[in-house]
Amino acid sequence: MDFSWVFTYWPLIVAGAIQTVLLLVISVGFGFILAIGLALALVCGPFWLRWCAKVYCTSLRGTPLLIQLWLLYYGVGSFLPMIPGLRASVLWPVLREGFFFAAVSFTLNYAAYEAEVLRGALLAVPKGELEAGRAFGMSPATLLRRIWLPRAIRIALPTIGGEVVLQLKATPLAFTVTVMDLYAVAYKVRQDTLLVYEPLIVVTLFYVCLTLIITRAFRRVEMQVPIRR
Amino acid sequence: MTNDISHALRVDDVHKSYGTHEVLKGVSLAAKKGDVISLIGSSGSGKSTFLRCINFLEIPDRGRFVVNGEEVLMKTGADGRAHPASWRQVERIRTGLGMVFQSFNLWAHMTVLENVIEAPVHVLGMSRKEATEKAEALLQKVGLYDKRNVYPAFMSGGQQQRASIARALCVDPAVMLFDEPTSALDPELVGEVLKVIRDLAEEGRTMLLVTHEMKFARNVSSHVMFLHQGRVEEEGRPEQIFGAPISARCREFTSSSRH
Repeated sequence: MDFSWVFTYWPLIVAGAIQTVLLLVISVGFGFILAIGLALALVCGPFWLRWCAKVYCTSLRGTPLLIQLWLLYYGVGSFLPMIPGLRASVLWPVLREGFFFAAVSFTLNYAAYEAEVLRGALLAVPKGELEAGRAFGMSPATLLRRIWLPRAIRIALPTIGGEVVLQLKATPLAFTVTVMDLYAVAYKVRQDTLLVYEPLIVVTLFYVCLTLIITRAFRRVEMQVPIRR
Repeated sequence: MTNDISHALRVDDVHKSYGTHEVLKGVSLAAKKGDVISLIGSSGSGKSTFLRCINFLEIPDRGRFVVNGEEVLMKTGADGRAHPASWRQVERIRTGLGMVFQSFNLWAHMTVLENVIEAPVHVLGMSRKEATEKAEALLQKVGLYDKRNVYPAFMSGGQQQRASIARALCVDPAVMLFDEPTSALDPELVGEVLKVIRDLAEEGRTMLLVTHEMKFARNVSSHVMFLHQGRVEEEGRPEQIFGAPISARCREFTSSSRH
């Protein structure tokens, strides 16, 4: 085992870890906001909206993430430069990066999964508690913000925690669209040094640590409201 | 109908059907300030539905509602049934009606204190500090001050119901609505909840009480209504309803539930 390369490559490893964490945070953050809208559409939207949300969730959950990513990157990505003025705009440095496409496709995919989780959780909130909110004069918006959503998210927390870990493990796909994430760093080290296992082991350690941090964080949030067993 | 102002609550001719089944066939009620009105009757008589129509948790098909001097504006929909013309107004009127449910319905993700200050802060716009002071005084009153930071799941049914009474009191309701407040409790916990309700009655709170506790209804009420198949079969002073009811059905009901 030869780990001497670590001394040369550690800045790259750290940069890779940052890319991985950024992809995770962006996709989970924006994906969750999108998921709330989708879940509400699924639970209480008018027929056409419910139908659209259902089609969205089913198709994004039913196709491989890798294919979604490539469709975006090679498909939409090749159309973007044809939009007049876009190449000259301030957005272009962001839009031309693989990172942008990875973040967008991970967000859309995560939202589809989380919407289904939230849909179940919204339906699992006891009807009586919602009725109590209405009986005290809450408007639909207040009820959603103060009772329905917080209650549903707590119900779904253990599942959401698991989904975030799954999302972390999906991030290496970004490597296929030129993002220098953790896995891409391992790949580069292998090419440079011809070492196969050592870089993979180092990268694995990073993923395990990130997973530990995620599960710990979720346990902390879960413990905020104690559950009687 | 001329003296709506002196009434805390006035309800006229409420009708409600589920499909072809008519649950309420024209029930009326007038409560002056300080009245304690008990609604009794066998299950299916419509008493809970009537109570829930008053704060529009059930939407009545027809009826006139005046809460604390304000009439709920109704419009008739395409299906021939009435709907509140403005849900804004219904929301405002609901804040004047403190509801206590059979199954407590405390919000499980909040402590007792958070439950009690929720509506004052987030519906009435009271400051958190002021609401907390008020809530703490109310929790003291129902004997739950030392439980204020406990989550509902860790309390007995009686404690939860007392907490939900404090929650209803904290919005300063013109009328309190009790929907079978002791029906979900173990027998040994009924007493502590009834004691709190009795104290409120003695303070002169205006209350509507759907109950199966006949002895209690007889002791605390100023007026009793006996409902049967969606109609008021008989109403009057508690001594009359329980002592010398005129209707045969009412006599049968009150005598059978005495034991």
